[in-house]
Parts: sequence; C-alpha cells; structure tokens
Amino acid sequence: MAEFPGATDLRLMAHLHGGFPLSDHPYAEVGAQLGLSESEVIARLQRLLEQGWLTRFGPLFQIERAGGQFVLAALAVPEARYAEVTAQVNAHPEVAHNYRREHPLLNQWFVVGASSPQQAEACMAAIEIETGLAVYRFPKLREFFVELKLPLEQACAD
Amino acid sequence: MLTEFERRLIQATQGGLPLVARPYEVVAEQLGCSAADVQRSFADMLTRGLVRRIGAVPNHYRLGFKANGMTVWDIDDAALPELGPRIGALPGVSHCYERPRAPGWPYNLFAMLHGRSRAEVEAQRIELRALLGKACRADDVLYSSAILKKTGLRLKDD
Repeated sequence: MAEFPGATDLRLMAHLHGGFPLSDHPYAEVGAQLGLSESEVIARLQRLLEQGWLTRFGPLFQIERAGGQFVLAALAVPEARYAEVTAQVNAHPEVAHNYRREHPLLNQWFVVGASSPQQAEACMAAIEIETGLAVYRFPKLREFFVELKLPLEQACAD
Repeated sequence: MLTEFERRLIQATQGGLPLVARPYEVVAEQLGCSAADVQRSFADMLTRGLVRRIGAVPNHYRLGFKANGMTVWDIDDAALPELGPRIGALPGVSHCYERPRAPGWPYNLFAMLHGRSRAEVEAQRIELRALLGKACRADDVLYSSAILKKTGLRLKDD
C-alpha cells in the first residue's frame, strides 16, 4: 500500500484543480508558485498518478459543446450475472465511468460519452443486445452545477 | 463542432498531458504543429467551454471521501428552475442535473453528494430536503459500493 500523500502532495493536488498554465514550461511555473522545482512537480505528479491518488492529469473536455453527448445510464443486473455484465459494459470505450450502486432495482450506473448522440445511442443499444437487459437512459435535460472541489487539505487516511 | 485539429488534439491528450518539462511541445510533435498552436487551441477551447479545465482529477475515494451518494428527487416541474441552482450551489454537491423520469422512477433531479462517511452525506441530505420543502414529493439515495470503471472520455475514430 502506497503511503498516503503528505501535506505538499495535497497542496499540489489542490493547486492543480484547474488553471494549469498554457506556457512553454508550465510545470516550472506551478513549482515557482508552490516553492518546488520543476522536476519535483513532475516527479510528484508521476507518483500520484502511478499510485492512483490522481485518476488523471490534463484537459477535461466537455464534449457536449462540440455536438457530443454524455448520457447517464442504468441497468438492473441479476446478481448472478453481475461480473459478466460489468465486463460487457466496460468493454465499450464510450463507457467513461461505471459504478455499482445500492438500489433494489437499478444496481449498475454508467456514463456513456461519445462525439455524437447517435454514437452514444448506438453504444447503449449494443449493450442492450449483448446483455439482454434494458438500458435506462437518463440524458441531462439541464445542468445546475458540475465541478466538485473538495477540501483536499483535509483529506485523511483510514 | 470540432475542427479536425481539435479532434486530433483531444485524442492526443484525453489520456493526460505528458509529464515532461515541455508538455505542449511533445503533443505538438505528435500532431505536426508548433507548441504555440497547441496552447492557442487549448486557450480557445477553454473560452468556448469545450475544455472545462486543465488540471488534476483526484481520486476522492482513495483520499478518504469514501461516501458517495447519488441523491435523486421528485420535484414539482414548475419549481425546478428556481430550486435546481440553489441545490447545485451547496458545498459538497456535484453533478446536479435535471434528468427525465422513467417508468418506476419518479425522480427528475439528481445531485451527487460526497463525504468522508455516510453520516456526513445523510446530514447533507437533510439540509437539501429542508431547502426543497413541499416542492419535493419523494427522494432516495443510491450509494456507490464499487468503482467498476473510471477512464473518462475516450473519443473513437469515426
């Protein structure tokens, strides 16, 4: 088990929530703001990604602004087939996230992201054929808020 | 719509930015353009909202925010335009959307709540319920019990 990130790592992660510089030496710029060297910023990010404290680092695209679509979808998966159906769903590159959730009926929730609504629909239709299960489609009708900024400095190990 | 260059830029960076001193130059080499072209395109996509942000995505779960509850609410349609933004503005709330109802699924407002424990999430739910008042006819919470996939967007070639 990798060691829980220390204060400097947490400060770096919180600082890098957004606003990564669009300049020739962006990591050096970030380092200068935090009192770290360029190579230290890069090494820390590398380790945080490798150890899974960060899931990714880079641009986050909002594909709807370019005709794409994200759709939240849900399945009622029989417990005996849970692993098999999960593998069938996850095999689609359009499936960006997938969560098991506790609910008497809808116990698998995933997000399909594609460069067009047609492609998103084709993915969900294929999942219905492969799994034999109805895909509940919950496209967003209106967005009230998206980005979460949790107090990372207060993060704590178990 | 995306330009051909933007599409290639997304495909080159959707997995993350290179962790090297001059990351935009590495991306530019792959695309056969200059680092300045890459930076300009990102700046433009940020302005258009096509890039939400450039930064780090923390693994909240591993960092101690273990409780993740998808709260769902059946809200009077007429009250939703006013109440949605107020729910979205609460701390600890992310991904607040209006979504369509479905057979056996009366809920039209989704709000993700995050906390270190389910007790923290339940306390937030009580706050939300008080804020929604009589406009809310029913609600539920679906806790995630496993992350089955978390890769983010992956655009395919058309």
